[in-house]
Amino acid sequence: MASEEIRIDHSIIYSIVEPGSRVLDLGCGEGDLLYPLVRDKQVRAQGIELDDKAIQECVKKGLSVFHDDIENSLREYPDHSFDYVILNQSMQEVKKVDYVIREALRIGGKVIVGFPNFAYIKSRLMLFFHGKAPITKSLPYLWFDTPNVRFLSITDFRDFCAEKKIRIMEAHYLGEGEMVSFWPNLLALNAIFVLVK
Amino acid sequence: MTTTNYTATNSSVGIVETQYYTYAERGKEHKLESGDTLGPITLAYETYGELNANKSNAILALHALSGDAHAAGVHKGQDNAGWWDDMIGPGKAFDTNRYFVICSNIIGGCKGSTGPSSINPATGKPYALDFPFITVADMVHAQRHLIDHLGIERLLCVSGGSMGGMQALQWVASYPERVRSAIPIATALKHSPQQIAFNEVVRQSIMADPAWREGNYYEYGQPEKGLSVARMIGHITFMSDQSMEEKFSRRLKSGKFSFGFDPDFEVEGYLHYRGANFVKRFDANSYLYITKAFDYFDLSGKKLIPHGKIIDTRFLVISFKSDWLYPSYQSQEIVRLLKRRHVDATYCELNSTYGHDAFLVEVEEQTTLITHFLDKTFNGYLVVDRYGI
Repeated sequence: MASEEIRIDHSIIYSIVEPGSRVLDLGCGEGDLLYPLVRDKQVRAQGIELDDKAIQECVKKGLSVFHDDIENSLREYPDHSFDYVILNQSMQEVKKVDYVIREALRIGGKVIVGFPNFAYIKSRLMLFFHGKAPITKSLPYLWFDTPNVRFLSITDFRDFCAEKKIRIMEAHYLGEGEMVSFWPNLLALNAIFVLVK
Repeated sequence: MTTTNYTATNSSVGIVETQYYTYAERGKEHKLESGDTLGPITLAYETYGELNANKSNAILALHALSGDAHAAGVHKGQDNAGWWDDMIGPGKAFDTNRYFVICSNIIGGCKGSTGPSSINPATGKPYALDFPFITVADMVHAQRHLIDHLGIERLLCVSGGSMGGMQALQWVASYPERVRSAIPIATALKHSPQQIAFNEVVRQSIMADPAWREGNYYEYGQPEKGLSVARMIGHITFMSDQSMEEKFSRRLKSGKFSFGFDPDFEVEGYLHYRGANFVKRFDANSYLYITKAFDYFDLSGKKLIPHGKIIDTRFLVISFKSDWLYPSYQSQEIVRLLKRRHVDATYCELNSTYGHDAFLVEVEEQTTLITHFLDKTFNGYLVVDRYGI
């Protein structure tokens, strides 16, 4: 994914998170999302990350991180351990999505989910006209070399939340450099949802 | 108090001297976990760097089974650097330009602290098996007396690998308000049956040697065969299958089979060499007592952090992928416990092939983690501001 989109989704999440809150970032990478939250908003942050090099980068930034995969990392936390649990660009890499979302809602007040939209217009065109697995700015990987194991559209995720009785408090849709307000399932590269039980 | 000499080399603490602190004199004996008492107690220790004015920069380095107080630098006239010299020194993970690092030999040991080879004041002879059984909590209790003596109210950090890691955890369990952070490395909340089993084989090999003489060998010399086999077993568990393959493969000492029972393979020669060396430097009874102490170690359940207690000690937990003696799942058990109790912590499993030995040899990645973790602990959010993206 291009860095431009990363900055937009980070800035959206940054604006959502209240100062001084407790935040768990699942798949925190090198801590680029958590770092400004800790620096400017004095959040109490904990990251979960699988890559040990990325963990070293987090520790350099003064962040606390656990080396673990997302699915194994949630069980031990007591209910309501965090104000926010963030799953930004990591949900699509998780196999047991249902379990992870449920656990995230158990241990966090709000769950912020950011994911690439598989039904983005350029994906549809690529599949329809070229008959090839889509490659877009938010889904930049070749089919044999992608960390993603779940491919979903914005509509898919809304249906999922409706079926699981998960309330969507906020929805943000990101296009190529600007926010999208019409036909997000067609025009958005990425979506960010704020979920509550 | 400090013995630091920065002139030797840039990255070494230079010439250091072991110091001694004695307490628990007659009438003030130390009450041990077993109910027995011990006294007087001498602790051998070394310090590196300078204690700052408000005594907030002290770090206690905790050694493993066969370690000693000599953690960094060199002794005058000798050239063997301390056991954690790669990690303690100017600009190193435990940076002696910024921190005051203390390392003390454990009680029960044989490197200057009171142990079974020390003279029993009641008899004028070595304690041998009259030495009381000690636990990791007793070791830490003794260290606390040393820290009191040095006038340090709160340690910036307690850290060590293997049994040193157990002591770090025990510090948190025993004196949480005196520890700002803990770095347990390649260690466990409790000894597993497999770890106890290895220790029992180690002890039996010492005690099966007739030269052990029920522990009363001090007039005659060490039970060399038994102690050397014990150490050979240890060294197998400290390495990994891969590190042994890389180090020895099936190479032969003399190029061909001897068709005899002398060591043919390099790996055999290595173990013999290690065993023979160990006999010269470590007391057999100490080995028995110390292995027993960490077999008894168990801070699982609510023993690390008592129910309802909130601690503000920060943690950095480190394990190594190829360590099968203290496998990562044991470090993860520590982490799970910390999660349940909302303790600020970082955990990293480093991708080393060196097995359990990694905590002594994997310098670079440990240095990155420890340097920044300590910086954050010491300077708080200033560090966050300083990073500046």
